[in-house]
Amino acid sequence: MRFMLLFSRQGKLRLQKWYLAMSDKERKKMVRELMQVVLARKPKMCSFLEWRDLKVVYKRYASLYFCCAIEGQDNELITLELIHRYVELLDKYFGSVCELDIIFNFEKAYFILDEFLMGGDVQDTSKKSVLKAIEQADLLQEDGKERNVQ
Amino acid sequence: MPAVSKGDGMRGLAVFISDIRNCKSKEAEIKRINKELANIRSKFKGDKALDGYSKKKYVCKLLFIFLLGHDIDFGHMEAVNLLSSNRYTEKQIGYLFISVLVNSNSELIRLINNAIKNDLASRNPTFMGLALHCIANVGSREMAEAFAGEIPKILVAGDTMDSVKQSAALCLLRLYRTSPDLVPMGDWTSRVVHLLNDQHLGVVTAATSLITTLAQKNPEEFKTSVSLAVSRLSRIVTSASTDLQDYTYYFVPAPWLSVKLLRLLQCYPPPEDPAVRGRLTECLETILNKAQEPPKSKKVQHSNAKNAVLFEAISLIIHHDSEPNLLVRACNQLGQFLQHRETNLRYLALESMCTLASSEFSHEAVKTHIETVINALKTERDVSVRQRAVDLLYAMCDRSNAQQIVAEMLNYLETADYSIREEIVLKVAILAEKYAVDYTWYVDTILNLIRIAGDYVSEEVWYRVIQIVINRDDVQGYAAKTVFEALQAPACHENLVKVGGYILGEFGNLIAGDPRSSPLIQFNLLHSKFHLCSVPTRALLLSTYIKFVNLFPEIKTTIQDVLRSDSQLKNADVELQQRAVEYLRLSTIASTDILATVLEEMPPFPERESSILAKLKKKKGPSTVTDLEETKKERSADMNGGTEPAPVNASAVSTPSPSADLLGLGTGPPPNAAPAPASSGSLLVDVFSEPASAVTQLAPGSQENFASPDLASSELVSEEPSEAARGADELTHKFVCKNNGVLFENQLLQIGLKSEFRQNLGRMFIFYGNKTSTQFLTFTPTLICSDELQSNLNLQTKPVDPTVDGGAQVQQVVNIECISDFTEAPVLNIQFRYGGTFQNVSVKLPITLNKFFQPTEMASQDFFQRWKQLSNPQQEVQNIFKAKHPMDPEITKAKIIGFGSALLEEVDPNPANFVGAGIIHTRTAQIGCLLRLEPNLQAQMYRLTLRTSKETVSQRLCELLSEQF
Repeated sequence: MRFMLLFSRQGKLRLQKWYLAMSDKERKKMVRELMQVVLARKPKMCSFLEWRDLKVVYKRYASLYFCCAIEGQDNELITLELIHRYVELLDKYFGSVCELDIIFNFEKAYFILDEFLMGGDVQDTSKKSVLKAIEQADLLQEDGKERNVQ
Repeated sequence: MPAVSKGDGMRGLAVFISDIRNCKSKEAEIKRINKELANIRSKFKGDKALDGYSKKKYVCKLLFIFLLGHDIDFGHMEAVNLLSSNRYTEKQIGYLFISVLVNSNSELIRLINNAIKNDLASRNPTFMGLALHCIANVGSREMAEAFAGEIPKILVAGDTMDSVKQSAALCLLRLYRTSPDLVPMGDWTSRVVHLLNDQHLGVVTAATSLITTLAQKNPEEFKTSVSLAVSRLSRIVTSASTDLQDYTYYFVPAPWLSVKLLRLLQCYPPPEDPAVRGRLTECLETILNKAQEPPKSKKVQHSNAKNAVLFEAISLIIHHDSEPNLLVRACNQLGQFLQHRETNLRYLALESMCTLASSEFSHEAVKTHIETVINALKTERDVSVRQRAVDLLYAMCDRSNAQQIVAEMLNYLETADYSIREEIVLKVAILAEKYAVDYTWYVDTILNLIRIAGDYVSEEVWYRVIQIVINRDDVQGYAAKTVFEALQAPACHENLVKVGGYILGEFGNLIAGDPRSSPLIQFNLLHSKFHLCSVPTRALLLSTYIKFVNLFPEIKTTIQDVLRSDSQLKNADVELQQRAVEYLRLSTIASTDILATVLEEMPPFPERESSILAKLKKKKGPSTVTDLEETKKERSADMNGGTEPAPVNASAVSTPSPSADLLGLGTGPPPNAAPAPASSGSLLVDVFSEPASAVTQLAPGSQENFASPDLASSELVSEEPSEAARGADELTHKFVCKNNGVLFENQLLQIGLKSEFRQNLGRMFIFYGNKTSTQFLTFTPTLICSDELQSNLNLQTKPVDPTVDGGAQVQQVVNIECISDFTEAPVLNIQFRYGGTFQNVSVKLPITLNKFFQPTEMASQDFFQRWKQLSNPQQEVQNIFKAKHPMDPEITKAKIIGFGSALLEEVDPNPANFVGAGIIHTRTAQIGCLLRLEPNLQAQMYRLTLRTSKETVSQRLCELLSEQF
């Protein structure tokens, strides 16, 4: 996977994860361009499209678009389910996740994504292992807090 | 505020985010952000040391501001400080900031690398995980240099925790992708392969990704992974859906891992070991079988995961391309998907079938779905699906269905989305060329393309049609006719004007016979489009015009007028101006021969890969660098043949001065100079190769000589007439013994003669024929006689019409009176303008003294009596010469009669000799003439003797007659 974007129907970027080196300027240009393409598509259309030299797989959940850019050889359907699994992870963590959760806890959204994907490849597909890792980290935070209090 | 805030929420951050969200305008947002940035800056610079929490909070705010799209130019140091915090949450934010906002500041990188090194060595799996994530996220070369050696150790160490192994595998993968040279292969590789057997499916998943990428570059090193992958895959596909617990996704066992294993197997050919191969085939069959089973869940996730594995399996089957049975099953499965209600599946089925179409085993099976695919092209509402349908039609096209597919694609092109038109145009052009049996179909198809989607017809496409038409003479006439008809449309695309201009410039002559497409009509048609076209097209049309000058001399002046107009000669565009100037000059100054050479039909293009194909390759998808290079080369190679389809031979275009010299325009003799007869070349050869033809002349001899010529004693005198004179004389000689015939002919003009003489009077009809299709203007023939000739010969004529239409003939009558005997011949000079160039032709008019001969019959006795009477040495002229023609007595007789004298039979005692007699009539005198011609067959020579009452007449007649034998 080359990159993943989360953006709202209004075209507000909520999360961006890049797995390839690129200048800021180029990234901004790509985001703008791709958002335009995806937002223009109608609901019943297929979830895949060719864009530049990449394949784009996207899916809309409520007001949020999840959008992955993959390479020619990559499997579209499994990428679609990768998006779904990420949504499930967010949902499990936040408890019926909504866009606001991701806005206010953007750093958590990044942490969960990092646990799930690394360098653009899936690290672990087990919901349990990913969530366990996140909870462990949260636990460490609590520990730190307690120690802090003491 | 969010409902849930796990861990320690940062209240300050939440408030700030709320503030930003409440901003009513962009300006307010920027104001709020600037306020916050100032606040953070002062906190970071303040004397009071910040605690970890505050640092974390401010760094997090900076991160948020950055993610909103604003630039952040400080805070990096504080983030790096957070990395060395012992608190996980502070460290985590520090790493997040670094991974999102990495800066190539070397000082920072060193500090970051230090922190990472510490965390990797900490043996704390969560810290190690954070450090590995950071490396993978940044993935820079500096990091690869620092850690590429370390990570493989972590990956294969026995005591590394599973989660760290997963991270290490993917981290290494990331480094290998950015800097493969820095990742050392070694002992660890074989141990990595064995991770495919790992108990933990998460580890297997991560390791499979790594191995796949490594195996692509080092297939030998990872060859053992094939059998391991097959057995792992086999265990997954045969497992019950609950066996794999959390790795089962919506009743599909480990779909991610399955897909990855199938990808890994695509790095290799089919396994050689029959057992492994059999097991793999079983797996693939199982996957295909499962597709036919009823779904275990109605959820889309279930079918997606299941089909993800299925499509990957089909990819592997296509990659192996060795099991016809599996290929046909795959094709049938995809055929089902073509009509599936899920758009995604239809899309993928079309995509996958594209690759299946190229396999010889399944090509025919794919073709059976043609109607469905055409239907998809017509009915799919999603452009990306229609695009796939176009791709598939292209892939399944062969000779059997090309006409149908091309027709459907053209059909679709009329309504196709603008985004894919260019590609469709390329594909149609390629198919039409590749499968053309009948090239008229090809030409029609390309013209249709231009009509329907002219804007999307790239240069490569129209270059190609021209290359093909030029290379195939069977289609040239049709192409000319078709473009001519297409150009009739009131509004036609500029690309059509280009193709039309080029083709008519080359082959317009093939349709010029039809009065509906006469040269002038062709020219006017093209020129009517001229002013609507862009500069490159106009430049091309100018080249077409100069080609027309060659093809159709009759419209030369029209074209010259166009070239001469201010809008051309003074065009602001330098290229157009140069062409107009050069072409005008070329047409004015060059003779027809030179024009014909310079503007010759283009030679066939060398056959090479279609430039369009190269373009499509370039357009389609990512290809390796070398491929791209090749494509580039290909394109530039085509440029030579195609870019500037200069209809004029290379040497004539543009480059001004050298080409002028090549053409001899500036320095050579005026092309209209002497009408050097076409045979002048061979004449030269004759002169130099046959010195024997030099005329032998015997000193004026006596009677004895006459009786028995002593040729041995003759002395050789070589005659060296100037070539031109000789050539011109030759023409005249032709008419010495005859009165009708063609006097002169070149590529423009033919002059015919018909004449009759009676006593000292004669009448000559001169016919001037215009051989071209262009008018001759100011056509002026003039008869030139020297003063001396004028006193001996009286010529009367009337001027002719100064305009000679193309193909027409005009006649001029010359009345002749011979006053006294003469030796010179009058010269006929003709001047006229042809297509703007001045032509000048001069030729001797064959009015010779013998024309005024009246034959006189006499008996042998009379002849010898008179012969003796004319014994005065001044009255006799004798010439001995070598025969230039076969010595046939019948021809000789005819020539003597044609010369005008009577041929007297049975006069000479030697029957081989010829004698003749006659009277030359002039106004002032009548001169009796006797002649005797003695052939010597053995020596191939003649002796000619003339005796007349006047020395000059004897002399002249002898000259004239000598040349005839």
